[in-house]
Amino acid sequence: MRAQTWAVLIDLPCLIVSSFATIDLQWQSFVSLQALSSMGRFVGEFVPPETSPEFLHKVIVGAWETLAMSILGTLLAALLGIFLAVPASQHQRDGTGWTRTPVQWVLNALRAVPELVWASLLLISAGLGPFAGTLALALHTAGVLGRLYAEALENAPSGPALALKAQGVGSGRVFFYATLPTVLPQIMSYTLYRWENNIRAAAVLGVVGAGGLGQLLAFHLGLFQMHKTATVLLGMIVMVVCVDALSHQLRKVLT
Amino acid sequence: MDRGESIRDPATASRLFLILAGLVLLWPLLKATEFRPWALFEADSVQATVRFLGSFWPIAVEPDFLRLVARETWRTVAMATAAISLALVLAIPLSLIAARVLSLSALTGTMSRVPFLIRRLIHGVLILLRSIPELVWALVFVRVVGLGPTAGVLAIALTYTGMLGKVYTEILESTDPHASRALLRTGSSRTQTFFYALLPTCAAELISYTVYRWECAIRSSVVLGFVGAGGLGQEMDNSMKMFAGAEVATLLLVFIGLVALADRASATIRRIIE
Repeated sequence: MRAQTWAVLIDLPCLIVSSFATIDLQWQSFVSLQALSSMGRFVGEFVPPETSPEFLHKVIVGAWETLAMSILGTLLAALLGIFLAVPASQHQRDGTGWTRTPVQWVLNALRAVPELVWASLLLISAGLGPFAGTLALALHTAGVLGRLYAEALENAPSGPALALKAQGVGSGRVFFYATLPTVLPQIMSYTLYRWENNIRAAAVLGVVGAGGLGQLLAFHLGLFQMHKTATVLLGMIVMVVCVDALSHQLRKVLT
Repeated sequence: MDRGESIRDPATASRLFLILAGLVLLWPLLKATEFRPWALFEADSVQATVRFLGSFWPIAVEPDFLRLVARETWRTVAMATAAISLALVLAIPLSLIAARVLSLSALTGTMSRVPFLIRRLIHGVLILLRSIPELVWALVFVRVVGLGPTAGVLAIALTYTGMLGKVYTEILESTDPHASRALLRTGSSRTQTFFYALLPTCAAELISYTVYRWECAIRSSVVLGFVGAGGLGQEMDNSMKMFAGAEVATLLLVFIGLVALADRASATIRRIIE
């Protein structure tokens, strides 16, 4: 075994042990019998979920808002992502290759900041509400998709593009009629996969005030209205499960 | 032949139609998300943004603040590591029970009723665990165990048990079943079969996925700070609420650095394994 392997084998247990040692985990508050019973009581308060028609209507509106945020956020991210992926995938020999490194840095920064942090930053300029959440989703996802798209573009077969280029077709048309069609299935499948992720993300963005089901959840949980909280949680689970199934089907059809 | 004519896209009409139809479908979405980009450029919004961004520089580097940041950074990493360790403790046995390749009754055709139901049940539990986002778990646990890292660790541990359990099961079931079947048929116990047939073939994949999830857990643990689970996120939330741009800038830079470092570490570990 090489030195690197040994380093990992030794560091990993050290990391785990020192994590548990310094984090001051209150074991007694979740493994003791008393803690379990208090947790049970807490869960018990959720039953029965609130089912009054007007509240259900509110949950459905919240779910639709969350769904819209995730779809629009993913679409915007796909547009921004493809826009950034083109310069991020250029090779040095193309003459425009100097854009590659800076754009990759931009993509990394967009990706490194989680949606929730983006949302809380954007609240300042976009105000409370789903718009800030949509933009936050779009920015983070653009970083993720941009990198994946750039990889797809780099690995695309260059034959069709070269054939068009040899005919004297401009580089814009080469991209739209040769390069893009060859990577489109892959791009679609990446985008759908991120959409599944974004549904989950959109559901919780509301906790910082960015609209959707999360905002309902934070509001009612804050007021200790457990029955209403339970309904919101159920709505969230149903939505996530449905979208997973839908996206699974779509991916099967499209790719 | 007219050159201008020949290079026109033959599918122009249908593409235009698709784009227009897409825009019409987009309309309700724009309405639901209160999509008003021009609101970003209204005078007071621009002013607030400029003032906030302007306060980013110079970034906060007071020794006291940096000490605090260092402590919270470590706490973020420790939360993620502890949570992944707990998730492993739960996910490994669950995925071993759920994996169909280790079923004795399935050797002779269909699985018996009881093991089948148990496997269904565990699948259901895993789906439930990962369908609820970790932030929601954290909100709930903050109520039960109080503010602090314990709530965050529990939240990540539960969600990641769901994710790890599902993927471990899939990895185990995607292996070539010949070796494990041969062992089970010749009277090996299921533990033996796991250690001598399944583990050798998929150890690299299992470890690689776990390390990748550890990296994700670091991101998660920052986010969970926003609901009071400690670590970098909580500091970021505090600084943001006080509009302390300089502190926000430092925290963002530290966070991006931390994610890059975790990315590098996990890539190195995965390369060594493969």
